[in-house]
Amino acid sequence: MSPTVALIPFAILGLLTLGCAAMMLFSRNVVHAAFWMLASMVSTAGLYLLLSAEFLALVQLLVYAGAVAVLVLFVVMLTLRRRADAVRPIDFSLPALALAVSFAALACFMVLSLVPAYPDSLPSVAPGVTELGLELFSTWVLPFELASLILLVALVGAVWWSGGVKRS
Amino acid sequence: MTVGLPAFLLLAALLFSLGLYGVTSKKSAVMVLMSLELMANAVNINLVAFSRFLTPEKMTGQVFAMFMMVVAAAEIGLGLALVIALYRQTKTVELDHINELRG
Repeated sequence: MSPTVALIPFAILGLLTLGCAAMMLFSRNVVHAAFWMLASMVSTAGLYLLLSAEFLALVQLLVYAGAVAVLVLFVVMLTLRRRADAVRPIDFSLPALALAVSFAALACFMVLSLVPAYPDSLPSVAPGVTELGLELFSTWVLPFELASLILLVALVGAVWWSGGVKRS
Repeated sequence: MTVGLPAFLLLAALLFSLGLYGVTSKKSAVMVLMSLELMANAVNINLVAFSRFLTPEKMTGQVFAMFMMVVAAAEIGLGLALVIALYRQTKTVELDHINELRG
């Protein structure tokens, strides 16, 4: 019997992801929004576990829930000095809402019309972390090294941009 | 009760739309960057779901999702550095007030 994704954990994690994302958009305090984003990322890590991508779930927790959330909180701390600056009106914009709703409708229509043929059952092969590591360091080794180079360049660039270096 | 690939794709589409709304409507640069992260996250869910449901033994989707995370991390790092650089110059992170290049 091939494995499947049960509805109840998927519904709980999916609603948590979407709900936390919506709460992020509709919270008036930027700091609260950062914490809602963190919760949304953690729920997404749960979704990766449902899809048996354990390593990605771990990376998601480390990178998004860890590093990105801390980075955002640091920038909020550095740029919004006074408590009153962090609390802001909810930026409601009708064109943006129309754009997002029409995009959502289009995407849902495409998903529902193009992929109803797939069965609910998953392929029974679920490669683990070992296979992922072998794949990453054999087939994908060159892109992997390039990705590390991108991270290095981004790191140096971020320091260069944000640092208070006197330039002539 | 079980769910298939379309459920994950629908979830990712809704998450992407939420991020799109945030990117286009928010007026704080930090909030825009956070919404961008939501959009990248939605794309990652798509990649991992396709990988698991269609070709799990090759794991191409998982590897691509990992590269997406690298690019998204670089993007948020550089974006927040830009926000700080702008804050040094203009003392604000409100996008409406950063209009020096407006023609």
